[in-house]
Amino acid sequence: MELQTLTYIVVGATFALYIGIAFWSRASTTGEFYVAGTGIHPIANGMATAADWMSAASFISMAGLIAFLGYDASVYLMGWTGGYVLLALLLAPYLRKFGKFTVPEFIGDRFYSKGARLVAVVCLIVASITYVIGQMKGVGVAFGRFLEVPFEIGVLVGMGIVFIYAVMGGMKGITYTQIAQYCVLIFAYTVPAIFIALNLTGNPIPQLGLGSSMADGSGVALLDKLDMVVTDLGFAAYTAQKGTTLNIFLLTLSLMIGTAGLPHVIVRFFTVPKVADARISAGWALVFIAILYTTAPAVGAMARLNLMNTIQTGDVGAADGNLVYAERPDWFKNWETTGLLKFEDKNGDGRIQYYNDKSEAFAAKAASFGWKGNEMVKVDRDIMVLANPEIAKLPNWVIALVAAGGLAAALSTAAGLLLAISSAISHDVIKGMIAPNISEKRELLASRLAMAGAIVVAGYLGMNPPGFAAQVVALAFGLAASSIFPALMMGIFNKKMNREGAIVGMLTGLTSTLVYIFWFKGWFFFPGTEMAANTPDNWFMGISPEAFGAVGALLNFVAATFVSKVTAAPPEHIQHLVEDIRVPKGAEAAVEH
Amino acid sequence: MSEQKSRQDYWKANLKLMALCLGIWFVVSYLFGIILVHQLNAISLGGYQLGFWFAQQGSIYVFVVLIFFYAWRMNKLDRQFDVHED
Repeated sequence: MELQTLTYIVVGATFALYIGIAFWSRASTTGEFYVAGTGIHPIANGMATAADWMSAASFISMAGLIAFLGYDASVYLMGWTGGYVLLALLLAPYLRKFGKFTVPEFIGDRFYSKGARLVAVVCLIVASITYVIGQMKGVGVAFGRFLEVPFEIGVLVGMGIVFIYAVMGGMKGITYTQIAQYCVLIFAYTVPAIFIALNLTGNPIPQLGLGSSMADGSGVALLDKLDMVVTDLGFAAYTAQKGTTLNIFLLTLSLMIGTAGLPHVIVRFFTVPKVADARISAGWALVFIAILYTTAPAVGAMARLNLMNTIQTGDVGAADGNLVYAERPDWFKNWETTGLLKFEDKNGDGRIQYYNDKSEAFAAKAASFGWKGNEMVKVDRDIMVLANPEIAKLPNWVIALVAAGGLAAALSTAAGLLLAISSAISHDVIKGMIAPNISEKRELLASRLAMAGAIVVAGYLGMNPPGFAAQVVALAFGLAASSIFPALMMGIFNKKMNREGAIVGMLTGLTSTLVYIFWFKGWFFFPGTEMAANTPDNWFMGISPEAFGAVGALLNFVAATFVSKVTAAPPEHIQHLVEDIRVPKGAEAAVEH
Repeated sequence: MSEQKSRQDYWKANLKLMALCLGIWFVVSYLFGIILVHQLNAISLGGYQLGFWFAQQGSIYVFVVLIFFYAWRMNKLDRQFDVHED
């Protein structure tokens, strides 16, 4: 069957499934809308959390990032998984015991302050909006590449689908849809990975294949081979460390505590019935995440090797060592038309030279071969996942599946983020601050309207991305790491932490991180307003803006501790509240309020 | 008062377990995967260099095991100190 028809059928079938789930799981109370009535089984919640967590970027971009960064991409692998250990040990069980609906609500109650709650709401909304724009863009891009639908139409269709199940079902609808979306995306990710591993190493398990020898009979380990192939062309060795140890350390830490502090992830653990379930559910979430995150390094390395070998067909420097452009494979042609691959015959020999022309050590060699610069002027890293099935010569249905998987990843994350935004508006701002006496029915209506509004705003920003949209890692993780995570942690582990300390701490973490990011990326990301070029020489102690969240968190802890020591201790009933959330006993099944 | 004391002991036991788990969490990722990566890369694990393996595979496996271990031990502690849910 024609690829495009097949893609329409597979994507259409998954969308029909999501809408079916939406009708079956409508929410009728605020408890169902915000936390799915706390009735989700821990394994089901783990699966939903995994889909919630793994975004368009995890599915489409991460393997490509690994392919080109090699070892240095470990920061994302460790950072985006290690955060779940912090979540399971330090936050999830206690916040579940607290038994309310939103993250700002905990901060507001624990620090007996609407001001603290408002700071948390602002951080949540900025972090979540930044994040959701990327998902909307991902939906548009996936539609554009696979179904040849214009970008805007793609975003509109995505908005429509999310609208149906998120507005009707709230957290309940989102949870069950996310479970279906997880199944689609993990199947779509692992099938091509299994084939590519089998091709290259003869081992069908990608995680083992990455540590195996090449199947070409040479007996050379795949990673050693890759190191050789890339260094022969002047690139840095794949397994070698390129960044500084301090920056890699802090970036990993920032991503970990940022992960643990992201409200749309935390709130997933409010949906399970018991405190013990919250602990074990984080474990299940990480199992489901780890399946993709341990496969991605194999996909990255193998796709890079395939790409290099496709172009460098013989010995480096040999007259016939490079692929003749006219004989390039079909997938190469297909992805050239999308603009993700671009070739320029700089030395006019009709062959493709792909090497590192920035390497001074390799320049003399390249000149002696008659090479006049790297001719692969564009190799978009997303291609590593998107073109994988074609490179591995897999059947069309696998390619169609990758399209459905990318869409599932983007939609499931978008829905989780939109829920976090809309419940912050309807529960924290409207019910918590403006109209405390609002009836449950009207609050439910408000939350549906807030959800609809959030979807429209996210869709609009997805089509017209502002400057901050590309700063997910710096902005969303930076804010979560420097303001939300420390406030939650101190709220649980430091009984004497008071309102003044928490507010000063959050503002210190927030301001220091934002100023550091803006310093190198421009004030509010307006181009031309940066105070210093965003290069390692200018960074304070070599710390990149993306890695600063951990430093902001440290400043938050220090400032909060100092201020709380010189101001009045929190009232007695707050200290009792802290003692109470530390023990599982007495957790209410569902708090209706 | 005795319940108060028991709850404090429960919390202390929890913190001890937490410290152990976070210690392992730190060692496999930050120590093996980042700080000592060069030294460990001298050792090979199949076709992997060991430091690289910890950074891209091993640490993630250990994280999963750690959470289940913590959850299992906490369930035991909950019962031991009689603070479990019904």
